[in-house]
Amino acid sequence: MTTAVAQDKPAPTPTNKRRPLTRFQQYSQIGATVVLLVIMLVVGSVLYPNFTSGQAVLDLFSKNSFLIVLAIGMTFVILTGGIDLSVGAVMALGTVVAATLLREGWPAPVVIPVVLLVGGGLGFLVGLMIHHFKIQPFIATLAAMFLARGLCLVITDRSIAIDNSFFQSMNLAHIDLWETTTTNARGRTRVSEIYTTPAVLIALAVLVIAFVVLHYTRFGRTVYALGGGEASTNLMGLSVARTKIAVYTISGLCAGLAGILFSFYTASGDPVAGIGYELNAIAAVVIGGTLLAGGSGYVLGSLLGVLTLGVIYAYKEFDGDLNTGWTRVMIGVLVLFFIVLQRILIRRRR
Amino acid sequence: MKALTSNRLVWPALVLVALLVANVVANPTFFQVSILDGNLFGAPIDILRRAAPIILVALGMTLVIATRGIDLSVGAVAAISGSWASMYIIDSGDRGSVRVVLTAVGVALLMALVAGAWNGFLVSVLGIQPIVATLVLMTAGRGLAQVITGEKILYPDNSPAYKLIGGGYWLSVPFSIIIAGLIFAGTALLTRRTALGTLIESVGVNPEASRLAGIRSRSIIWIVYIFAGLCAGLAGLMLTSNSTSADPNSIGLFIELDAILAVVIGGTSLAGGRFSLAGTLIGAFIIETMDNFIVIAVSPRTTDVFKACVVIVVCILQSPQAREKISALFRRGKGGGPTPGATADPGTAAGTTPPPATAGQPAAAVGATPTLTRSTGTRTS
Repeated sequence: MTTAVAQDKPAPTPTNKRRPLTRFQQYSQIGATVVLLVIMLVVGSVLYPNFTSGQAVLDLFSKNSFLIVLAIGMTFVILTGGIDLSVGAVMALGTVVAATLLREGWPAPVVIPVVLLVGGGLGFLVGLMIHHFKIQPFIATLAAMFLARGLCLVITDRSIAIDNSFFQSMNLAHIDLWETTTTNARGRTRVSEIYTTPAVLIALAVLVIAFVVLHYTRFGRTVYALGGGEASTNLMGLSVARTKIAVYTISGLCAGLAGILFSFYTASGDPVAGIGYELNAIAAVVIGGTLLAGGSGYVLGSLLGVLTLGVIYAYKEFDGDLNTGWTRVMIGVLVLFFIVLQRILIRRRR
Repeated sequence: MKALTSNRLVWPALVLVALLVANVVANPTFFQVSILDGNLFGAPIDILRRAAPIILVALGMTLVIATRGIDLSVGAVAAISGSWASMYIIDSGDRGSVRVVLTAVGVALLMALVAGAWNGFLVSVLGIQPIVATLVLMTAGRGLAQVITGEKILYPDNSPAYKLIGGGYWLSVPFSIIIAGLIFAGTALLTRRTALGTLIESVGVNPEASRLAGIRSRSIIWIVYIFAGLCAGLAGLMLTSNSTSADPNSIGLFIELDAILAVVIGGTSLAGGRFSLAGTLIGAFIIETMDNFIVIAVSPRTTDVFKACVVIVVCILQSPQAREKISALFRRGKGGGPTPGATADPGTAAGTTPPPATAGQPAAAVGATPTLTRSTGTRTS
């Protein structure tokens, strides 16, 4: 038995020929994303009036604050070479748990930690399953997705409105940034405040924390190492088990937080919220230049990815005649473009 | 007994039997099949008919997974073909015409074939990871279906020929299950009675080595994705025909997940290199029995939780780690020494351990570990 294992151990090494990307290659992907985002914004401002007005750009953030948080969690998982298909469902579970507990009269400061605990706990269990039973991340998170979605439907089969004062105030809160004068079609000028929402600040805070953790801590470096190769990480004496379980816990935690932000945004708990959000989160991470094979990428890129998706949805909002199908086709084309780009970069490196 | 416990089909088959028994306990008339207007009716027939699309999709998925790939786009392909056929039949003005329906089916299947070929191109020629390559069509495909129908829900009703595909009867048996059965039999013959199955498995074990051995691994990969696309397209036709409605947002939604679960439950390793069509069939029936499992669940809403639990249990039971732990548990419980050849079955291990058993055990371990190391290899490469 032991000899058999010893003979088989070196097997993955020959397939594992990847060398780290050079700085230029890493930045060229992010650069492509930035260029694309700018082009899309310019095209939008040519086609539709007010497309790049201050408020419209800030709305890109506030309408997608939960997607930013989901994409951050997904970045951790994808950097280790895994994938998490459960985030959309866990987010929905978060909104439902929050709405149900608030309806029962629980205070908001208790509900929010409970929701985070549910998300993180589910992620922790998934991580245990993936690490200890060697179940593929794909299947384990798929099961978690069914579980979370099913639990949502067990709790409630319809949307629950939230009338808690704290959640309501978060829904309505505007943080004014600066004043602006706009001129409408009839030539009237109007002074209005450019504002953002607390959810955006929370999402950006999470982004900063994730950035620091990934780039300036031992844990962050282990995450990158794990994406480079599990066997070599182990040989370096880094804790594979702890890191692997931790990234899924982080992803679950982020999904729970996204659930809270989503219930701020909609002031309700919806069991069918976020269907397909796992795809959007993955797409955002890919567009943001993270290698799906793991080991290379930036969490700031994922923010750019979310904004790119946001611009595509903004096209649809500004143009009422546009078929919803085209937004999906565009996202698909973008994902294709970036994975082919990744492929070319990897080819050239060999 | 040993042969029985080591067979990979035993656990899924037991789960299926347990599900059916639970159904019968909750509803004694479960197995009753009656004949109405010369056609068969009853819960088992219902399960058979509804399982047909999942069987088809899972069949294609089995071969794709055997090459160490995965196809996430099957639901979207089903949506494209289903919407296009419905659109064509409604626009033709003559819904009853068999020729119109045949054209619609033909063109829809051609689209599915093109979709499969596209996936195959990305995977085999460009060398993109399958999960990523098929993700593109998964997101874009449903969008295309929406564009085809103009964001409307179509109702291709009043077309007997189209209705036959998914909801009709032929020789008093549901037509969809006949199609699925024929395709299943054809695939089983092609893969198990010719070298094709072995070639697919060898590509799954190591594409590069297979290529060096003279196997055209590129064409094989291409073929399995095209086959998966065709199966998905046909499943889309069945789904829209059965419900006489085509909503691009919901045709075959999550069918890729159901199909992958069916394959995994059936004992086909996601690491590729080995597949079991019979296992997939059992897996598909398990999924469909669970979906129609209103009787035992408190309400139909709990189906997803139940499904998740079954998936987790089956996956853990099939993982080599869990098997090792279970057999270790048996060893400790017996109070015996740490015999390396001890099996999960205390009956055989208790006697004088016969030499073939000890020889067979490391062989089984060798068989189990490569899948393990390989699975980590695929993720990182």
